Amino acid sequence: MIDIRKVAQGVVLMCGLFAPLLANAALEIVITEGVDSARPVAIVPFKWKGSGALPGEISDVINADLRRSGKFNPVNTANMPQYPSTDSEVNYSAWASTGADTIVVGSISDTPSGQYEVKFEIIDVLRAQVTNGKSKSLQNGNLVLSEDHIIDSRKAIINAQDFRQHGHRISDVIYEKLTGTRGAFLTRIAYVIVRDSKVYDLPFQLVIADYDGENETRLLSSPEPLMSPSWSPDGESLAYVSFENRRPQIYIQNIYTTKRTKLTDFPGINGSPVFSPDGKQLAMVLSKDGNSEIYTMDIASKQLRRITRNRNIDTEPSWTPDGKSLLFTSERGGKPQIYRVNLETGKIRRQTFEGEMNLGATIAPDGQDMVLVNRTRGKYHIAKQALEGGAIQVLTRTDLDESPSIAPNGSMIIYSTLYNGTQVLSLVSLDGRFKARLPAANGQVKSPSWSPYLF
Amino acid sequence: MQLNKIMKTLVIAIPMVTMVACKSGPTEAELEAERNREAQAQQQAAAEAQAAEEARVKVEAAARASRAAEIVEQEKQALINDQTVYFEFDRSSVKAEFYPILDKHAAFLVKNPSQTVVIEGHCDSRGTPEYNIALGERRAQSVETYLRNQGVSSSQISVVSYGEEKPVVSGATEYAFAQNRRGIVRYN
Repeated sequence: MIDIRKVAQGVVLMCGLFAPLLANAALEIVITEGVDSARPVAIVPFKWKGSGALPGEISDVINADLRRSGKFNPVNTANMPQYPSTDSEVNYSAWASTGADTIVVGSISDTPSGQYEVKFEIIDVLRAQVTNGKSKSLQNGNLVLSEDHIIDSRKAIINAQDFRQHGHRISDVIYEKLTGTRGAFLTRIAYVIVRDSKVYDLPFQLVIADYDGENETRLLSSPEPLMSPSWSPDGESLAYVSFENRRPQIYIQNIYTTKRTKLTDFPGINGSPVFSPDGKQLAMVLSKDGNSEIYTMDIASKQLRRITRNRNIDTEPSWTPDGKSLLFTSERGGKPQIYRVNLETGKIRRQTFEGEMNLGATIAPDGQDMVLVNRTRGKYHIAKQALEGGAIQVLTRTDLDESPSIAPNGSMIIYSTLYNGTQVLSLVSLDGRFKARLPAANGQVKSPSWSPYLF
Repeated sequence: MQLNKIMKTLVIAIPMVTMVACKSGPTEAELEAERNREAQAQQQAAAEAQAAEEARVKVEAAARASRAAEIVEQEKQALINDQTVYFEFDRSSVKAEFYPILDKHAAFLVKNPSQTVVIEGHCDSRGTPEYNIALGERRAQSVETYLRNQGVSSSQISVVSYGEEKPVVSGATEYAFAQNRRGIVRYN
């Protein structure tokens, strides 16, 4: 039976967590390229052992997560040879013939306390075929059943409102076990929605959603532009620029309490706020000294430090993972290119040389590659270049790409682009093979920012 | 006959008047009071006349002032109808074809030092939002510099860049791009 009170409780809880109203229309992910090269796996629908309807379909969440990661191509449920819920029920050779090398089976049962027990096993079908699921190994001199074809098995007790989140958690486990890299399915994105100003009094909205566009919640609505949301490293706050007072000002807002602080109100530009990796400083762009320059601010003391001194445009600061350098865009060489400044020595080095322009660089979490906006023959595309030099690799084929932001595990880039005359968010994997679009129903979507790991 | 009657009346009346006058003539004090009253009345009349004149002048001055304000307002309206200059792609210098528009704004601002303006800088959607904020500021600053070179006080001008955030035409056509690369002189 559905426990209505439980569900209602969940909704209230969520509203408490995100005080602002739930925005109605969410993003939906349309994969446009790259499924062919992905690894086939099978997520068998988890067997429901209780009575009544389930509050959520966990295996649907996992299937969608793995498909969207670009690394996996989950087998369609209709094409599955059987629907086992434990390893003992699995016909290994039947699965091997589907092409899937790994399957996930599980079950859900209700507990006396009104919660749900979720169990699952990740099974290496190819290994199991070899051992027939009965591999043995020596332990304390005895030969025992080792079942080394079971990559992982786990169980957890969850509440009704946590089904979706638990699905993401299982996806994280599967992704990490099969790729060696931590999954980023329990992350969020912040972005700005711009609706028609002729229709809406508050057309600009700062919004947060799960990485897959679910649970979209509005943090702020404004009659004037909102720009450049950027996450604090603890995932609790956003820095952003608001024009609500008819000039740009930098704010920091806690996403749980929604309490916010105005950090800057200098004459001219107050822009591009980015938290340092330790969360104590904010890099930003100010033009109070005459033109667009890079500064860092100690958030606690509001002490400013000027980083660049140049008559040309300097903008788009981005921290290196060690917090010791900033990448930034500068016109000091003529057209905008990427430069790097060592914050200790003040030494500045040009990083990009290919293409008419390179803008808006951010460094991947591994510190090896930078992702940027490249203009070649008038086309703006998301591209990648090793920090230590080398060729620029263009990753996208979309139009007017901007604002790239990288997932905390370095697997995927979210960016803003033009599709059918509307600004939409899109995804591209760091290797450029997987591409997806996130069309929104309710306006132009821009300035995406991927959160750090949250849980 | 008629004349006779009048004469008769006069013959009777004149002695009577004389009698009355003789019987109780005005004292010196009464005469003085009478003179004072007259002087006071005259003074009051003069004051009233002056006040009326002043009021008239005031009304006329107010009318003149409101006519002047009306003219300022009319001039401002005319300027507001022609407040936008457009820029080339990736450029921030004011094109010569827009000098006459800015000259009109400059002349008005010089003549009306209490008027203040905000110069807005805008960009098309090409390039990144942050870079466009910087480019939009440079465009607004070019307009500001032009106005200051025409004698407008810097205290009358402030500058704000909206980058690519407030397009006037949406979409990615050359027409939209050209319409969105603009500087606006906005009156406070």
